[in-house]
Amino acid sequence: MNDFLGALAAAWQLVRSGDPTLVGIVSLSLSVSLTAVLLASVIGLPFGAALAVLRFPGRNAAIVVVNALMGLPPVVAGLFVYLLLSRSGPLGSLGLLFTPTAMVIAQVVLVSPIIAAVARQMVEDLWREYGDLYTLDGVGMVHTVSSLLWLGRFSLITAVLAGLGRAAAEVGAIIIVGGNIAGVTRTMTTAIALETSRGDLSLALGLGIILLTLTLAINATAQFVRNTGRAAAI
Amino acid sequence: MTVWAWVRLCAASWLLLVAPMAVAQEPFITVASTTSTEESGLFGYLLPAFTKESGIQVRVVAVGTGQALKIGERGDCDVVFVHDRPAELTFIERGFGIDRQDMYNDFILVGPEADPAHVDGGKDIVAAFRKIAETKAPFVARGDDSGTSKAEMRLWKEAGIDPKTAGAGWYRDTGSGMGPTLNTAAAMDGYTLSDRGTWLSFKNKQDLTVVVEGDRRLFNQYGVMLVNPQKHPHVKRDLGEKFIDWLTSADGQRTIAEYKINGAQLFYPDAKGGHS
Repeated sequence: MNDFLGALAAAWQLVRSGDPTLVGIVSLSLSVSLTAVLLASVIGLPFGAALAVLRFPGRNAAIVVVNALMGLPPVVAGLFVYLLLSRSGPLGSLGLLFTPTAMVIAQVVLVSPIIAAVARQMVEDLWREYGDLYTLDGVGMVHTVSSLLWLGRFSLITAVLAGLGRAAAEVGAIIIVGGNIAGVTRTMTTAIALETSRGDLSLALGLGIILLTLTLAINATAQFVRNTGRAAAI
Repeated sequence: MTVWAWVRLCAASWLLLVAPMAVAQEPFITVASTTSTEESGLFGYLLPAFTKESGIQVRVVAVGTGQALKIGERGDCDVVFVHDRPAELTFIERGFGIDRQDMYNDFILVGPEADPAHVDGGKDIVAAFRKIAETKAPFVARGDDSGTSKAEMRLWKEAGIDPKTAGAGWYRDTGSGMGPTLNTAAAMDGYTLSDRGTWLSFKNKQDLTVVVEGDRRLFNQYGVMLVNPQKHPHVKRDLGEKFIDWLTSADGQRTIAEYKINGAQLFYPDAKGGHS
């Protein structure tokens, strides 16, 4: 029990002291994960919706691949992006390895399939319901996709939150491409990993408590937006 | 809200988000190193001193030795700082690293030029300790539980002597730092175990001189090297060399030597020369 009380105390102590290092780590975590989720939404939502609406050979295979990619191990995604961005890799000249940008790229790779897969399912349900109307009206594909996404916008928040959950929680990918450099690429999760290996378990768990609290706050905000938005839309 | 309002909101919040990611563009080098250096807190102590002096930020990627060398091999860092000598030499042989500096926060036995224990020029530190005990020549000890002190105690143990019981009259436990201990040794023409960094910058040597050095048991060896700019042209050669030069300078060595709180275990590996 002492470990958990110690962790709570450590978390409280960290928050209360307003330690600038902690503030830096937290804001970097948020900016990396939220940016990644934003980009992944821009990629994943239209992609998922198009997959729901379009009929083309190999569509089933594409759906299986996207669903399977939801299970992409972060460490594999990290390794993939690492080899891509490494000086000896195809994009090495950009010098992006061990920067926050590299972490965003790795998380986009991880999160896009999740958002695309969940969006695909949700839009497909809408398509079953309203598809005939669009077909009858002779609406173009691009317009159909964007209008279905708009119609399902409140449900699609869940798709985005699923992606955010993955991004905020993972450590395997960003520790490889970011390098966990103090003050540059150290995030909540990589700091937790470091403190654990240092043997400061209370501090590690304390950081975990802070991370969970933040995730909770983001989800509560999303729920609020969804409820008020729905109420306004009706 | 309309679609465009959403887009604008997203764009605005994103701009707010990216702000913390914009890292100040002061000159920096990337150093791949072993987890032990980072976890021991050595870098946290060492690097600010270097940055303050040079204005160069050092970004440490702390991973296993193998991975650190791999990062260097792929050109993803400027400097490699590890301690696995055979692997380092292979790395150099394959042309990936240059300018390798053996770094050891090594210890030396200093003593008076008169050398009453007749240990000058010896290579065997344990034998020298035994001779000092036999001749009951004055030995000044740190006795402050520092890394140097612990290393000294290990050497006494290896010599089969317990200076706390057998040292009456000649073993002077000062309970002080390296500088004051050297001062005491200089004043009483005694022997003492010192780290080289402190010794090099010590100004009050009087009759003291290095009598035993180079015993493997006195080494804590690690290697620092520049990733070969001929293999990877983007390597920041000038900045990297500055860092290496500083580490091996008297200033750098002293800074390393002064680190002894958490670093004791890392910097004074067992006498068999095991790698951490």
